[in-house]
Amino acid sequence: MKDVTVSAPPISLVVNGVERDIAAADVAAALVELEFDVAVVATALNGEFVPRRKRADTPLTDGDRLEILAPRQGG
Amino acid sequence: MTALKLYGVEIASRLLLGTSQYPSPAILADAVRAGGAQIVTVSLRRESGPLREGRDFWALIQSLGVRVLPNTAGCHSVKEAVTTAQMAREIFGVNWIKLEVIGEADTLQPDVFGLVEAAGILSRDGFDVFPYTTEDLVVAERLLEAGCKLLMPWGAPIGSGKGLNNIFGLRAMRAHFPEVPLIIDAGLGLPSHAASAMEMGYDAVLLNTAVARAADPIAMARAFAGAVEAGRGAFLAGPMAARDMAAPSTPVLGKAILS
Repeated sequence: MKDVTVSAPPISLVVNGVERDIAAADVAAALVELEFDVAVVATALNGEFVPRRKRADTPLTDGDRLEILAPRQGG
Repeated sequence: MTALKLYGVEIASRLLLGTSQYPSPAILADAVRAGGAQIVTVSLRRESGPLREGRDFWALIQSLGVRVLPNTAGCHSVKEAVTTAQMAREIFGVNWIKLEVIGEADTLQPDVFGLVEAAGILSRDGFDVFPYTTEDLVVAERLLEAGCKLLMPWGAPIGSGKGLNNIFGLRAMRAHFPEVPLIIDAGLGLPSHAASAMEMGYDAVLLNTAVARAADPIAMARAFAGAVEAGRGAFLAGPMAARDMAAPSTPVLGKAILS
């Protein structure tokens, strides 16, 4: 597992609609910091899909909107 | 009986089930088994971090040994639907996507313009698109041109349980696209609705609320499975032509004159 990359100062994100201050500097690190099961979620940053293989290369900046989705019942 | 083929995959069961609104995960699992469904629809929603709700649901679905058809339910724009489809492909590991681009909140009817656009984008990106559409033939043509190999017209508004709202339109659609797999998606409330669709020559039905919200979802799933099979059998048997006036079924010739 990738270590959490620490950026200074912490940045403020909107994660699944809720404001969160985090230290992580990329999407992969944010998932670890926020305690998500990285294998069972899919991510989008500011409305754009971020594939699993690109999470670690996708930097976060203040005010970004991060959506973290998982399987759910559907019709 | 000829098997149904969807994007090259043979499917024995013509009943597709949604996985939402069941009283419990155990009842969902038993209903899917009772209905004999081999395809179930699923969705993606925000995960609540350490709670792992999504992981538990996904484990349950995987234990059923069925194919999943992820949806883009609730998406109101092309961009939302495309991004959701991309996320679903990664999580569920399938190219199949039930494409919904909702255009109107009261009826949840599709935004057919956005639907055609999104279907084109996703088809070019390697998706097998199952478009939730209306019975409009022009839209249907556009969806096929956009790369869809099957169509899923609504029976009635999602969750309404009204059955087949526009029999004539649906019949015209079947006649117009004899070779395209057609699946009635949404609005069915009773097994008789499903039987009607199958008698008209529809290839399959997809439903959720009618089973999930029944007093006994497991028994209702079984009832729908029977109706789908009966309707399909009737279609293959070639139903008689209806007529306006009575026609005696007992021979008139040879009847005694007793008056």
